[in-house]
Amino acid sequence: MSFDLVANVVVAGVLTGLVYGLMALGLSVIFGVVRVVNFAHGEMMTIAMYAATVLFASLGLDPFLCILPAALAFFVFGYLLQAGLINPFITRPEHSQFMLLVAVAIIMVNALLMVFGPSARSIQVDYQLESFELGKVLVDKARFFAALAAVVTAGLLFSFFKFSLMGKAIRACADNHLGALVVGLDVKKLYALTFGLGSVCVAVAGCAMVLLVDVTPPLGPAYTLLAFVIVIVGGLGSMPGALLGGVLIGVSEALAGLFVAPSAKSMFSFGLLILILLLRPQGLLGKKA
Amino acid sequence: MDRRTFSRNIAVAGAAAALSPFGIVRAQAQKLKVGVILPRSGYLGFIGQSCQKGADLAPGVIKEMLGVDIELMNADFESNVDTARTRAERLIQEGANVLVGPFDSGAAAAIAQVAEQRGVPFVINIAAAPQITEQGYKYVFRNFQTAIDIVRNGLDLIGDLFQATNTVPRTAVYMHVNDTFGQAMTKGIGALLPRRTQLPFKIVDTISYDPAAKDLTVEVSKAKAANADFLLLVCRLNDAIILRREMVKQRWNPMGIVSPGSPGMYEEQYFKTLGKLSEYSISNVPWYNPAAKLTRIVEKAFLKQNPKDRLEFHGLNAGFTFEAILVAADAYKRARSTDPKVLAEAIRQTNITEKMTLGGPIKFNEKGQVEGIGSACVQNRNLLPTVVLPASAATAKPVFPMPGYKKA
Repeated sequence: MSFDLVANVVVAGVLTGLVYGLMALGLSVIFGVVRVVNFAHGEMMTIAMYAATVLFASLGLDPFLCILPAALAFFVFGYLLQAGLINPFITRPEHSQFMLLVAVAIIMVNALLMVFGPSARSIQVDYQLESFELGKVLVDKARFFAALAAVVTAGLLFSFFKFSLMGKAIRACADNHLGALVVGLDVKKLYALTFGLGSVCVAVAGCAMVLLVDVTPPLGPAYTLLAFVIVIVGGLGSMPGALLGGVLIGVSEALAGLFVAPSAKSMFSFGLLILILLLRPQGLLGKKA
Repeated sequence: MDRRTFSRNIAVAGAAAALSPFGIVRAQAQKLKVGVILPRSGYLGFIGQSCQKGADLAPGVIKEMLGVDIELMNADFESNVDTARTRAERLIQEGANVLVGPFDSGAAAAIAQVAEQRGVPFVINIAAAPQITEQGYKYVFRNFQTAIDIVRNGLDLIGDLFQATNTVPRTAVYMHVNDTFGQAMTKGIGALLPRRTQLPFKIVDTISYDPAAKDLTVEVSKAKAANADFLLLVCRLNDAIILRREMVKQRWNPMGIVSPGSPGMYEEQYFKTLGKLSEYSISNVPWYNPAAKLTRIVEKAFLKQNPKDRLEFHGLNAGFTFEAILVAADAYKRARSTDPKVLAEAIRQTNITEKMTLGGPIKFNEKGQVEGIGSACVQNRNLLPTVVLPASAATAKPVFPMPGYKKA
């Protein structure tokens, strides 16, 4: 097996993994702060993908230009979802939260089916079939831009949490819920803000992903599951862990496809998940409970 | 109720009871309820919708042809085998006299079990896994080639293609979907290719992939690295589109993409999505006969119902689905009964010579399988599936290698 082939496959795995990582980052941020697992995560990304196809079909907007309006809309949607629906469930048992978000996910899938029908939709842009040539490595342009969007979004999110006052307040909520209440932080508002930010990650990932895969309403649950695998591998609640998990899953699937059997790709990501759960239950970059 | 009304009711009931042994009242008053199970959503959705067009036009055409009233009971199995099983159960509970469908071998195997258990005839429109008609079932019938027949005809047509274009490819990389159909085709190729000594090529690598795959980067990288002369492909529709795009991205230009008998590359959606990239792909598949009288009748009804569509894109799917319903209606007309045993026996005696698809008459053997169904080499030309072989049915000459091919 030639080095060029392995290099090509690894590069494609890294780029796809970064987009996966951004999607999972949203899940990790929400869980890390709100302590609610968003079981409608993949479904939300599917909605973002449909939004990009609609904007492309109606206004001719390139999916990367759709990122801004989609991110704004998803921020508002996420904020309202948390403030209006999830906040009342924060103190309820975990199974209630689980059922609530599963119900939201089912409603989303069925609403998409009613509006868009069962057929796959895709976006065709000029650069979608083009690739850069770096020596003997071919880099798919759309995949490269998608990964770039993921890295930039993740960078902005890290900066927000590290340097802004609001970001620090959210981190304080995540680190010590009671302490945050004692010092007078509006925790419920910060939770809603966090859910909004997690939704922004989903929106950006969806706009990028629609260039790589066709979208259908039942796509959501598969991505929800993938996001879980990634955050568990990377460490639930860890932001760098989500990106690392995404890249690891992307590369391991690609290499498994190359060296073992392409149709057994997902078996390896679940194998990796089991291995991590056995050896490092908190995930690669997660903190011990 | 007074005495007079009571007596009248008794008289009517007596007359009905007296006539019923002859089946007069029942047969003439009933419609044939046909449960049509297709994958109208999910990853096989486009093909399921294409098959549905053949089902939708059947009641009107068959009423004119045979005078038989048909009521369609449509069910979508969402490209999911378990759902196919439950949809079949439900259709039978709701009174379907016969089941038709389902395009997919896995689903066909599941529905066949239900049909056999419940004793309801099941006419398969499209599904190729040989084992479906090898189980000794009494209620399962198939008017479609088995995978072995598809491969045999498909490989013969590949030989004809090389001869017609005066080419001698030495190597092929074989890619196939990893589902019931893909595995049946792979088994067939493994059994038949070594015996086809007239075929000059050998398979240098075999790559299977998930039929619901969303990304085929690795698969195509691996196939490209095999450096084979051409791609031998057993695909479905969505994966065929993803694969063709990925070939362009990875700048892989083999001599051609040739399917020895699978759906995907002649479907309308393949052309719509890929545009010029769909050109020159080749599918050796069971096909319809454009010159047949029944094709012209069906085409008229098809265009009336789908004025924006062309039969070329749906001929195979709609044609075999229509014929499956025709088989049921023809049997019902002869049997004059919806009794499942009588109907199944009548289907077994089918002999339809006026048909739409290529090949001999529709006659079922003791296993419930029609033999002698023909195939054609269909190449995508000017954004239409075009018959290029056999020469007797061809409307254009085959092009192989594809334009743009450069030997590495």
